[in-house]
Formats: sequence, structure tokens, C-alpha cells
Amino acid sequence: MGEDRRSFLKLAGLAALCAAGKSSLSRLEGSAETTSVEAPKGVRRAMVVDLVKCLEKDDCTACTEACRRAHNVPSIPDPKHEVKWIWQERFRDVFPDEEAPFAAEALTARPALVFCNHCDNPPCARVCPTQATWKRPDGIVMMDWHRCIGCRYCMAACPYGSRSFNWEDPRPHIKALNRDFPTRTKGVVEKCTFCDELIDKGQPPACVAACKEKAMTFGDLNDPGSEVRRLLRSRFAIRRKPGLGTQPEIYYLV
Amino acid sequence: MLEKALTGGKGYWRWVTLLLGLMALGFLSYMRQFATGLGITGLSRDVTWGLYIAQFTFLVGVAASAVMVVLPYYLHDWKAFGKITILGEFLAIAAVTMCMLFIFVDMGQPTRVVNIILYPTPHSLMFWDMISLSGYLVLNVLISHVTLDAERKGVKPPAWIKPVIILSIPWAISIHTVTAFLYSGLAARPFWLTAILAPRFLASAFSSGPALLILMCLILRRITRFDPGSEPVQKLALIATYAMSINVFFVLMELFTALYSGIPEDIEHFEFLFLGLNGRTTLVPWMWAAEILAVTALVLLINPRTRRKESTLAVGCVAVFLSIWIEKGLGMVVTGFVPSPLGKVTTYVPTVPELLISLGIYATGLLLITLFYKIALSLRGQVAA
Repeated sequence: MGEDRRSFLKLAGLAALCAAGKSSLSRLEGSAETTSVEAPKGVRRAMVVDLVKCLEKDDCTACTEACRRAHNVPSIPDPKHEVKWIWQERFRDVFPDEEAPFAAEALTARPALVFCNHCDNPPCARVCPTQATWKRPDGIVMMDWHRCIGCRYCMAACPYGSRSFNWEDPRPHIKALNRDFPTRTKGVVEKCTFCDELIDKGQPPACVAACKEKAMTFGDLNDPGSEVRRLLRSRFAIRRKPGLGTQPEIYYLV
Repeated sequence: MLEKALTGGKGYWRWVTLLLGLMALGFLSYMRQFATGLGITGLSRDVTWGLYIAQFTFLVGVAASAVMVVLPYYLHDWKAFGKITILGEFLAIAAVTMCMLFIFVDMGQPTRVVNIILYPTPHSLMFWDMISLSGYLVLNVLISHVTLDAERKGVKPPAWIKPVIILSIPWAISIHTVTAFLYSGLAARPFWLTAILAPRFLASAFSSGPALLILMCLILRRITRFDPGSEPVQKLALIATYAMSINVFFVLMELFTALYSGIPEDIEHFEFLFLGLNGRTTLVPWMWAAEILAVTALVLLINPRTRRKESTLAVGCVAVFLSIWIEKGLGMVVTGFVPSPLGKVTTYVPTVPELLISLGIYATGLLLITLFYKIALSLRGQVAA
């Protein structure tokens, strides 16, 4: 995966150089932030989360644990220093605009899964001063933990609280070390990467594979015959804070 | 020229030693932070920026305020400011240096900070902030050096420096505008997402900066033979008065829009500032103190009698400075994070190492100001015997 990232960076650098050579700055920015409308070709990764299925088993943390193991996500007891890739929050905090005034408290307090939205128009990638976070052509918002300077501007810019910072050395807090995935150092930001290391090998993300209820579906939004498109056709889905124009690629079936 | 800083009386050396001691303390604390990580601060997953970035924001304003002596002197030929333009420029150099240090100590991976230059990213406002701040530093170093050198030789400054000085005027506006854009361009943070943020930053800068310069003039007059006369002090006081009135007006406009529109996510932040949210009231006493200070300042500054009397003017200037320091150096940054996008209300209180590092940086800035003023006043033969 390290190799992949490097070759991608080289390609991106080359492309940027060429673009800068022949066009203005605004053109360069325009080409870096392709929107869904402009890019009908190619693959666009997305996830559909079935909130009803997700709640079938109480206190289930299979996806969180699978992600933790796959990516060496530390278990830090101090909530102020926590590192989280995929976790649960109360429905009303996840969807503050979806107010349901007379719903039972138990309903709005029920958990919903949250993780990086892999926005089509990611504010984090826009503000990053070193391009340590960027959007891949297939829509995955990636991180380079070796380039990140730890300024945390991306955390201020993310409207979903999806990013974590390593306030301390995470390594002592890793329960079971996965030698096939890098650990991080103190002082860098990290988040969900849609398991780029797995999907590039044609496998589903670790959380999707771990969910016995099959509440999470991963696929290509640009393929009308894909499972994600079928689900989005058949049921009503919501996204987090759609009004901000970030175009999240995580859809929640309600 | 620099050797002038190496001679001085007992009081001078005591002051310099004190500052060096504070700097050493700050440096040792920073070494601890460097070794263990930013977890040593009071920052957290939800409140990711705190004292460091807030001080940076406040000091950008102090740096920009040099324009309030440069502009009237060079564009409007206000001769009264002739003696104090150099004080403004030196203040700007010290303030920008502190800004850069505050940014540096906030980095999680300080050894990689050159990545900002290695991978220039025009779509990041931080890139532009780096350019505007370093450019402003270079401009002020150049201008103060050339004009002071000419003064030492008893000749007129070379003609080519005039356009450079004129350039420094819009540049000063730009540093605080770009700094405001760092915040006001984020859809994720309703508290900062306001078009009036840059004008507000400028108004608060142009009141706190001149207030500080007035206080410095008064102090210098006491401990040295430097006497700017009462005219420039009174003109600065007038500038501070107008700017502070505009600043308070802008704050009230923010409050009106948030409170009258009644949008909960806008109101919550102001609630946290002035009333407390979910029982978290860390900033409440500070913010009320800032408001009382602001009103006191306005009363003392707007009233011509108290403005003209130096003792009451000094009190007014201290009130302006403290009020804006609380507003920008404590309230503005942290409140953007409370409540968080997931509705969390997290308390942020700076830790002892964090305070010592900040104090060390302020000591560095004060030392620079001391040395610069010492050099400038020695050249003019105005240092007390």
C-alpha cells in the first residue's frame, strides 16, 4: 500500500506540474476538485449504512473492533486523546437537522455509525497546507501520515468530527499489532481510509466484512447495476449535513 | 548598530535577565512537549486549537497595527508621527516573530514544518498566511533598518524605500485579513463563518495596537529621555477610540444576527461564551470582564477630558488592550470548537507547560522590543544616563 501511495503521489505531482504549466491557478484547483457531475466516468466509492439492520443486535461493536485490529487504531482511555475511525454516536447528534420532536427519547438517542464521509468536496483536503490529505480519483479521501505536519487545520474544517489527532504516542495503546499495516507517530492526524489497502486488492473494507447483519454495503456509485445503487433506489437515504455542500459519500438508510 | 544593545544600566540588565529566564523556562517546557507530544497541553479531540493559535491570532493584530502610524505619517504627512513610526515597525517585527513561534509550537510534527514550502498548496489559506506573515516580517525589517541607518548617518532615507513603505500598508491589512480567512472560510464552524470576521479583526487590531503603542510611549518617557510629545500620543488615542468604537459595534452586529435570527447552532456558541453551555462556564467570567473593560475603555476614550489626561488615557488603553486580548486571545478560537460538530461540550483549560511555553514566547517578543528600542533610542542619544 505504501508503494501505491507513493506512485499515486508521483502521478499527482506530475499531473499538477503539467496542469500548472499550461493553465492558470483556478484551472488547477478546478481539476483537483472534480465534482460528481463532472466525473460520470470511472469508479466512485461509496457506502450505504442500513441504520435499522445496524441496530438489530444491541451493543454490537464488530465493525469498530475489526477496524481497530486492521489499522492498529490505539485504545486510549482518556476521551480527550481518543483516536477513532469508526464508532457510534447518538442519532440526534449525527443528524442534528433531522429533528423528530415527538419521537421517544430512546429513538433519537439510539446510536448511528459514524466515520469519514469521504466527501466529494472534502473541506479537509481543501485546507491542508501540505496536501497530506487528498481525494483519490475514485473518491477516497486519503492521508499521508509521513507528510502531515500536525497543524490540525483539517480537524477544524471537518464538519463531521471524523478526524483524530495523535496527542501522544499511540503505540503503547495498540492491543494487537497488525504487522501488515503501519502504526502512526505522535503529532499526526488520522481517520478512516475506506480500507484502501483492501479494496485495491479487490476485498471489501474490514468493517463491511465484519458486520454479520450486513448493515453496511460498499460499492461503486457510478455503476447503475451496483448493490449500493440498488439500495439507494429502493429505500429513502439521508446524508450528514447535506446543506454544507460537501457531498458525503456515506448514505444512511432510514 | 547592534552593539548599542550590549551596553546599559543595572535596570536594563535586570529586565533582560528576567526575560531570558522566562525564555529558558519556556524552552525547557517546549522540550518536554517535543518529547511527549501535544497531549501535554489542555487540547483535546474536540478542542483542537487553544491558547497557542489564539495568541497567534491576537498578535497578528498587534503586528498589523503598525500601519496605524505608518499610514498617517507617509500618506497624510502627519509629522507628529515621525518620531514613533520606528516604534511601530519594531513592534510589528516582534509581534510577527511571536506569531511564527506560536504557530511553530502548535505543530504536532514541528520537524516537518518545511513541508508547507516543499509542497506549496494555494488552495490552503495557511499557505497564504505563511506568505503574508513572512513577507510582512521582511518588509518591516528592511524598512526599519534602512530608515534607522539613514537617521544614524544624518541623511535622508534613499528614495527607493518609499514605495516599499507604501507597499507595507496594504500588506499589513492583508496579514489580518488572511488570518481571519483561516477561520471564516470553514463551513464546519458556524461561530467563525461570518463575513464580518476580517473587518472585526482589523478594528480590534487598530484599537489594541495603538493602545499598546501609547502605553509604550508613556513607559519610555518615564525610563528614558525619549519624549514623543503629547501630539502623537493624542493622535494615537483618537485612532484607538474610533477603532474600539467600531470594534464594539461589529461585536454587537454579530450578536444581533445570531440572536435575532434564532438559529440554534449560531446561538449555542454565544451561549457558551456568555452564559455557559451544559454547565461548562470556563470562559463566562472572562468574557464578562472583557465586556466591562470594553465599556470602561469607551467611556474613558470617548470623553475628551479623560482622553486628554494622560493618567486616565493610560487606564483606557490598558482596558482596550485587555478587553481585546480576552476576546481574541481566549474567546474567539476555543468557542469555535464548542459545541463540537457532534454536539460535544468539552472544557479546555491550558496546562502549566502550555502557559510556560506561551510566556516564554511573549518574553522573546518583549526581549526583541527591548533590544530594538534600546538600539533606536541609543542612536538618537535619548537613553537615560
